[in-house]
Amino acid sequence: MLRWIALLCLLALPASAAEEVVLGLSQDKVAITANFDGSDILIFGAVKREQPIPTDEPLEVIVTVSGPDHPVMVRRKEKKFGIWVNVDSVLVDSAPSFYAVATSNPFKDVLKDVEDLRYRISIKRAIRSVGAAMNIRGAQSFAEAVVRIRKANGLYQILENQVVVDQQTLFRTSIAMPSNLTEGDYATRIFLTRGGKVISVFETNIDVRKVGLERWLYNLSRQQPFVYGLMSLAIAIIAGWGASAAFQMLRRG
Amino acid sequence: MQIYLPIAEVSVNAFLLLGLGGLVGILSGMFGVGGGFLMTPLLFFIGIPPAVAVATEANQIVASSFSGVLAHFRRKTVDLKMGTVLLIGGLLGAAVGVVLFNYLKALGQVDLLVKLCYVVFLGVIGGMMFIESLNAIRNTKKGKAPKRKKHNWIHGLPFKVRFRTSGLYISVIPPLIVGVCVGILAAIMGVGGGFIMVPAMIYLLGMPTKVVVGTSLFQIIFVTAFTTMLHATTNYTVDIALAVLLLVGGVVGAQIGTRIGVKMKAEQLRILLAMMVLAVCFKLGLDLLLMPSELYSLGKSGGH
Repeated sequence: MLRWIALLCLLALPASAAEEVVLGLSQDKVAITANFDGSDILIFGAVKREQPIPTDEPLEVIVTVSGPDHPVMVRRKEKKFGIWVNVDSVLVDSAPSFYAVATSNPFKDVLKDVEDLRYRISIKRAIRSVGAAMNIRGAQSFAEAVVRIRKANGLYQILENQVVVDQQTLFRTSIAMPSNLTEGDYATRIFLTRGGKVISVFETNIDVRKVGLERWLYNLSRQQPFVYGLMSLAIAIIAGWGASAAFQMLRRG
Repeated sequence: MQIYLPIAEVSVNAFLLLGLGGLVGILSGMFGVGGGFLMTPLLFFIGIPPAVAVATEANQIVASSFSGVLAHFRRKTVDLKMGTVLLIGGLLGAAVGVVLFNYLKALGQVDLLVKLCYVVFLGVIGGMMFIESLNAIRNTKKGKAPKRKKHNWIHGLPFKVRFRTSGLYISVIPPLIVGVCVGILAAIMGVGGGFIMVPAMIYLLGMPTKVVVGTSLFQIIFVTAFTTMLHATTNYTVDIALAVLLLVGGVVGAQIGTRIGVKMKAEQLRILLAMMVLAVCFKLGLDLLLMPSELYSLGKSGGH
C-alpha cells in the first residue's frame, strides 16, 4: 500500500507544475451490452492554478483516447499473372485498436513536433513499426495503410478544433466511440500546452467491458469451448425442428 | 435494431441478418445446398471478420439443413443408405481437409487458394449444369425421353449395393470417393459442400434429382456439425448470437424453399442453381481480376 502511495506521488510530480488538470468524465465505464451501438463520452474539466493566468501564450488542450495495443499484419496486393494477390506483408508491432485525438486548435499550432515525438500524441506516432523489413519497397506505406483503413472505419479520429476552452480554465470535448469496440482499458490523456510545449499531463482510464449475456457467452466460448459448441449445435437443431413443426401445424391448421 | 455480437465484436443490424438468413434459407430448401457459398461472402461484406463468418456459417447451415431434411423425410425423398455412405466419406475428407488447410496456411496464400478454389469449382460446376439442364429442357420440349440409365465403367466396380430409394444398384466406391472429395473441399472452402455434392450425385452417381436434395441435406448436417465443433474448440470463432439471428431467418426460409422446390420441374431447379453458382463465380472472379480500391488489408498476426 505504501509503495503504491509512493508511486502515485511520483506520478503526480509533473502535475505539481504551475497548472494542472481537474478532470470529469461523463462515464468512466463503457458497458458493451447486447444492443450496444457506440457511445459518446463527454470529457470535461478545469485547469487548477495557484498563480494568475500567464499571458504570454494561450492555453491549448489536447485529449487522446487510446484503445488496447495489438500487433497488426498488413498485406499488400500486387498484380501477378493477371490476378491481384497478396505479395508483401509487414508486421506493425503495435497499433491501438482505437485512437482519437481532439485538440483545441489545428494540430500543428498546439503541439511542437519534438513534444509529439516525446509523448506519442499524433496518430502516426501512436503506431509503432520498428521491425519493418528493409527489403520491402515503401515499408512506411504499410503503417500509413493502417491509419487510412482504420480512419475509414471510424476507429482512428482526428478532431481538430473540437476541444472548447473557456477563459483558459474550463475545457470540454466529446469523443464518439464506434460500435465495433474491443474490450480493454482505454487510456485517456489530457495535455495542456502553451506555445506548443506540454506543460501538464493527466492520465486516466476508461474501462470498456462486455457485460451480462455478452460477457457470459464470451467467457463460455473461451473457457468451455466444447460445451459452447454443443450448445450452438443444440440451438441449431431445435430451431430447425421448431420451424419444421411450426410450418407443419400451419399447413394442417 | 443494432445487436452487438459477442465473439465477432462488431455491431450489426438484427433485421439485416434475419433477412439474409431467410433469403439464403429459401435457396437452401429449394436446391439442397447449405447456402454457405452465398452466405459467407455476404457476411464478409457486412463486416463480420472472415474467421467468425466461416465458423458461424457452419453452425447456421446445421439448422437450415435440419429444418429442410425434416420436410424431405416426410416426403420420403431421403436416401438414408446413400447418405450414410457419403457421410462416412465426407467426415474422412473433412479431417484430411483441415490438415491440408493448416499446411497451406503455413505456406501462406491460403486466402488466394480458397478464392481460386471457389472460382474454378463454381465455374466448372455451374457451367456444366447450365449446359446440361438447357439441353434437358430442349429435349423435353421436343418430346424426347431423357436418357438417364447409361452403363459406364462405374457399374463395373465391386462391392455393389442396392440403394432402394434412389433406384440404383452400384458399387459403394464412387459415392465414398465423392464424399471424401466433397469433405476435403468443404473444409478448405469453409462451406457445407452442397453445391458440389448435388451435381456430383446427379451426374456422377446418376441419382434422381428429387432424392438428391434431401440426401445432400442429410449428409450436410453432419459434416457442418463436425466443422462447427472443430471451429468452436480450436479457433473459438463460432458466434452464437450471429448464428441465432441467421438461423431464425434460415429455418423459416428453408421451409418456404422446400415447398417452392416441390412445385418446380427438376430441370428448372437445376438451371436456376446453375445460374446462381455462375453469378457468384463471376463476382469472385471479377474481384481477382479488377484492381481493388484498397491494396492493403489488415489482419491479426499469429492466429488469434
